Amino acid sequence: MLRLEKLVKTYKTGDQALKAVEIEVPEGQVLALIGPSGAGKSTLIRCINRLVEPTSGKVYLGDVKLTGLSSGALRRERRRMGMIFQEYALVERLTVMENVLSGRLGYVGFWRSFLRRFPQSDVDEAFRLLDRVGLAHMADKRADELSGGQRQRVGICRALIQNPALLLVDEPTASLDPKTSRQIMRLICELCKERGLAAIINIHDVALAQMFVQRVIGLRLGAVEFDGPPDGLTPDVLTAIYGEEDWEATIEAVDEDDTEATT
Amino acid sequence: MSEVSALIGKPWKKPPFIQRPWLRWLLIVGFVAYLIAAFSTIEVNWSRVYAGLERGEKFILAFTQPDFTSRSSDIWEGMIESIVMTVASSVVGIAISIPIALGAARNVAPLPVYLICRSIIAISRALQEIIVAILLVAIFGFGPLAGFLTLSFATIGFLAKLLAEDIESMDKVQAEAIKASGAKWTQWINYGVQPQVMPRLIGLSIYRIDINFRESAILGLVGAGGIGATLNTAFDRYEYDTAAAILLIIIVIVMALEYLSGVIRARVQ
Repeated sequence: MLRLEKLVKTYKTGDQALKAVEIEVPEGQVLALIGPSGAGKSTLIRCINRLVEPTSGKVYLGDVKLTGLSSGALRRERRRMGMIFQEYALVERLTVMENVLSGRLGYVGFWRSFLRRFPQSDVDEAFRLLDRVGLAHMADKRADELSGGQRQRVGICRALIQNPALLLVDEPTASLDPKTSRQIMRLICELCKERGLAAIINIHDVALAQMFVQRVIGLRLGAVEFDGPPDGLTPDVLTAIYGEEDWEATIEAVDEDDTEATT
Repeated sequence: MSEVSALIGKPWKKPPFIQRPWLRWLLIVGFVAYLIAAFSTIEVNWSRVYAGLERGEKFILAFTQPDFTSRSSDIWEGMIESIVMTVASSVVGIAISIPIALGAARNVAPLPVYLICRSIIAISRALQEIIVAILLVAIFGFGPLAGFLTLSFATIGFLAKLLAEDIESMDKVQAEAIKASGAKWTQWINYGVQPQVMPRLIGLSIYRIDINFRESAILGLVGAGGIGATLNTAFDRYEYDTAAAILLIIIVIVMALEYLSGVIRARVQ
């Protein structure tokens, strides 16, 4: 469904953020992207919807080659890729409803959006999504009145109302407490399952990733270091990705979490 | 370790901004010498100051008994003209500055547009209001039209520059999130940029209205209409009491605008 071929990104400063990355994501698969800060995780997902322009290589979404699309065609393809951000990236001075409806901007004309007269079906869907994440009563609140977890739920609604085929998720839990982090991850994974969406989730928290995803890719210095199921993350593998550390504690924590989650 | 032990026990001083001592002292001594030379060239004619003190006293005393009545129709007319100039030039100036500000923000506009808009701003800012007003009075003749055009022109340079800087310093991620939804450029501006810069735009607009009103009092001195023309006439006739009345009215209006802008800015967050 999503295919990256020899994707390279070199920044103007000469830093090579991605070195010929090859990844293929099948329909409906939720994938976690782990790796130390500066490994190129954010760059990778931004190269997919071309918020960051890749230097070379190809990105295919289904049959469409995203790299090399004109700006108009790229906009139409961006509608199929919902994005969820670190620190939520809600437009703080707009209401919750406007933030959610902004996910429909790719589908409605300028004047409709300018006058905030979205099609009734969009408004209905927005309310359904807000209700699904438990925030329907907050629709008219301004985004900056919400707590972190609530804001990220709005961010999820904004991505889903695009009716995407793929979710690009950038550090969804970076500024949340451990409990909210789990709730958000669970919500994202449940929604992906309900809607048959594929997702790429950038995440720092290895244990959290292992709890929820089917596949993990480890990135190190812009290259794929590990690609496999979550239980393949042995201390040796983590050392290869992150460098030397005592990984036993991290992995043990996961085991506890697992038993806790299953019981 | 040995390097550290050599440092211990020694006093520490912040390294000077200019490293080379000869250059540092040259600059300091040179500046002081220039300052002394500069002050010595400003001549003070004490007998003239003494004569002028009396006129100054008269002027200031006039404020204790301002004369609103004997020239009331002139004052009223001038005031109406000033207010018309202020409102019209602010509306036109602000309407033109918004697109120019978008063009002059590097994170929103492509390079050629950016350069064009930045040069418009630079030209508008380089030409001081009085100079523009003298030129426009020469073209359009005496009266408020020249003043209106001058203030509109000055508003563009002021508002577009400051708004563009606010756009450039906006939160990139909020705008990025809107772009990721496949929004058109206009929609992106409307949803991702406009909400972020709106408080600043409103604050700056009110501030500019305030400035335009005060400027309209100055522009009258070069014949560009408004209350300034009335004020100028009053000075020419040595009617300090009328001049005082006009100045008091200007002060009251400016203070009222200041208060109003505070109220509005508190409302818009």
